[in-house]
Amino acid sequence: MAANTDPEEKTADAPAEAIDRGEVASVADGDDYEHYEAVVVGCGPGGAAAAATLARNGVETLVLERGVDAGSKNVSGGLLYAEESAPYTIDDLFPEFREATAERPITDYYLHNVAGNRVKTFDITDLHEHDTEWSDAVLRRRMDSWLAERVHEMTRETGGGLLTEVRVNGLLRDGGEIVGVTCDELDPITADLIVAADGVNSELARDAGLMDWERPEEWFQGVKAVVDLPDVDDRFDISEDEGEAHLFSGDLFSDVRGGGFLYTNEESLSIGTVFHLDSLVAEEAEPHELLDALLTHPLLGEWLDGEYHEREYSAKLVPDSKKVALREPHAGRLVLVGDAGGQMQAQGPIIKGMNHAVTAGALAAEAFVEARSRGDSTLAGERYAKRLRDEGVMAKLRPRRYEAASVLGERSPVANLTDRVVDSRAGRTVLRALSRANGLERLYGSPYLSMMVPDTATPYVTLPAVIAEELGEPVEGENDIEPPSLADRIGELTYDTDVGNPHIELLDSSVEASGAAVTACPVSARDFGGGCYREEVVKTNGDEERLVSLDTQPCVECGTCAIVADTRWEHPRGGKGVEFREG
Amino acid sequence: MYTVTLTKGVPDFSEGAVSFDEDGHLERGKTPTVMNPNDRFALEAALQTKVRHGGTAAVMSMGPPGYGEVLQEAMSSVYADELFLLSDREMAAADTWATSITLATGIERIAETREQPDLVFAGFKTADGETGHTGPQTCWCLDWPILTHVIALDIDETERTIRVKRLVEGDIEEIETVEAPLPAMIVTDPEFEPTYRKAEHRLTFKDLREETTERAESYEEHLTTWDHAELNLDPDYIGLDGSPTIVSGVDPIPKAPSEREATVVDPGDEAGMESVLDELLPYTNRAAAGGD
Repeated sequence: MAANTDPEEKTADAPAEAIDRGEVASVADGDDYEHYEAVVVGCGPGGAAAAATLARNGVETLVLERGVDAGSKNVSGGLLYAEESAPYTIDDLFPEFREATAERPITDYYLHNVAGNRVKTFDITDLHEHDTEWSDAVLRRRMDSWLAERVHEMTRETGGGLLTEVRVNGLLRDGGEIVGVTCDELDPITADLIVAADGVNSELARDAGLMDWERPEEWFQGVKAVVDLPDVDDRFDISEDEGEAHLFSGDLFSDVRGGGFLYTNEESLSIGTVFHLDSLVAEEAEPHELLDALLTHPLLGEWLDGEYHEREYSAKLVPDSKKVALREPHAGRLVLVGDAGGQMQAQGPIIKGMNHAVTAGALAAEAFVEARSRGDSTLAGERYAKRLRDEGVMAKLRPRRYEAASVLGERSPVANLTDRVVDSRAGRTVLRALSRANGLERLYGSPYLSMMVPDTATPYVTLPAVIAEELGEPVEGENDIEPPSLADRIGELTYDTDVGNPHIELLDSSVEASGAAVTACPVSARDFGGGCYREEVVKTNGDEERLVSLDTQPCVECGTCAIVADTRWEHPRGGKGVEFREG
Repeated sequence: MYTVTLTKGVPDFSEGAVSFDEDGHLERGKTPTVMNPNDRFALEAALQTKVRHGGTAAVMSMGPPGYGEVLQEAMSSVYADELFLLSDREMAAADTWATSITLATGIERIAETREQPDLVFAGFKTADGETGHTGPQTCWCLDWPILTHVIALDIDETERTIRVKRLVEGDIEEIETVEAPLPAMIVTDPEFEPTYRKAEHRLTFKDLREETTERAESYEEHLTTWDHAELNLDPDYIGLDGSPTIVSGVDPIPKAPSEREATVVDPGDEAGMESVLDELLPYTNRAAAGGD
């Protein structure tokens, strides 16, 4: 038996009783903190971009990643863009990136408007290619772990390096000023720059008071199935250097605002759904059932062809940058990058997050290097915000056109009227006329218009459904695949449960406060006992009370319940919790 | 810091690996040799010392030439730099006394040919002999201070002292802290756990792991074998001739009869599984498990 003393691979057979090993000598003096010039928290694309840029500029950089491996905590839809207008793309920073980690370039992009089994398909490749240098389907475990290896090599040269299985749990302050980070696994560390690239549920952004988990309307929730498909080329009739993206909207998700996607990977498909969280809550919809509605739609029959092997079920919260992207994503020595700063552009049918995280990470690093060379590294945050504005990143994240349009478009009376007009005979006539002139597809392909789509039912449900009813053709063929049950999906996931140390605490177990989690949580469902949240009837003194209970074991760490329920929400300790293999 | 960790190859007593004859005697030829399980904690202490203070980690064993693989395993565990095997027909069949003399001489030889070791680490006891004599006797030969049942340790390089926490009598309420000058011998308790609370230490750890993975593949290049002549040891004081212990006989411990009844339930048998649940139900406490 090997004496595996790896601190990153602690065995689970620790003694049950707590033995006071403590520090034997007074090593951990308060004044004796470890110091690095920069600490980067999280090694997704944003953290990797920041760390690589810092290292390239000779900044001593420590990267702390809470997963057993970078990417093991990370989920994305799976489409990474390199924008022509972006100052940095991921292959600028990691030249072999595409060859080493990308699944397939996306060369064709379609939008399917669905009403029952009638479908009207638009080719929106032009919109997809607008401002796009390239765009690849990716799986995050493979991608992020590759990035992490490069990042470790680069940062080790500076005297720093990358450590996995370390969870940063908060900010270290001195007299109210942010001076470093605190961790579960390490003593506090001070730094001149702290890059919070710790994702959508950033504990650092919340510690700094820059983000909260209050309003469902500011978030989307995505769920995804990675589906094994060894012969993608044949099924889609594409060559190995081609790939397809398909979007789905209309009535296949009832009235829940959102849509579905399908991306081709090398030998698998990423199929998922993304919905406005407030809409999921209002409709009391079950995310996994909405995913199943897509998976079992006849439209997917020709590709799946009766076979279905799901490699992984996953979920993720997505910030709506239009509402939450911080214009000043910094506080003292802390800068926020990527999802942590709300930098996730979901506008119209195209969703862009990772590319903005990369740009932001590199810009934050540059801002620090510039500020330091001018002798005042405390100006890094302001310089970073300015670079985001100057490089046009902020304009993409918070487009002025959307803000102007949404003032009118999202007010209920106006929204309802728009919805009724589209669905009316007059509206349908206009649609048919537009279609004859080929104008409809062109409208959908307009990057300008896609920036101002309001967050109402009209663009997500009503319009696509009406288009499909008026212009669509019935889908031929069948789709008789059976997606796994939620219990099986959870059963297939890998967990290292932190027994006796749950990372989420339910503060209010009343149905009013926390009942929404029972349906909105992607690993919970009504009348399902094997999930995180369930409703229980508790008998007390002859009375019956309905209460919500929580078991964090199946948690996929998406953060949904932090918003829709009353919880104290933290990430699990380093290396603990769910481990995604695909991501 | 120069540390030497003592290790021994023992029969693999784990289920499936170990083989006994009809009389309950160990079949040595059919049972594979592995590193003594308790040595793992000594190796962890040596590794912690190397990670925190740098220097050289050496591993030493006395045994037949076939022990090389045990040392290789130890090398990749402790990310050791050097391996020493004290191996000679004259050393064979030694009891703990003769073994201790041999090991102590080996450690002195390291001091003469390499540098003075600062610390010697040993495990609590071996899985085959179970005496717990060899470590303390080796230390007696060296005339160093010995610290046993160590669960945590810290070294002050400038003062040249070591401070440890000891688990006294296996009672977690009784943990004493003691200090000794270097060089010293440390016997680790199975409750020893290394701690790496500094990023720098964990980064060093990662570096060492990469270096050692390569080194362990060609461990022979880092292995030094000494026989009794090279250690200048009198054959009368080592091996069987130097062993005062007399084993008069070995009695196998009779197997205790099983008093528990076992019912085998197939997981596919729903009614059977229900009855298992009914049996288990009184032992569960749903309320206490809530939120966990």
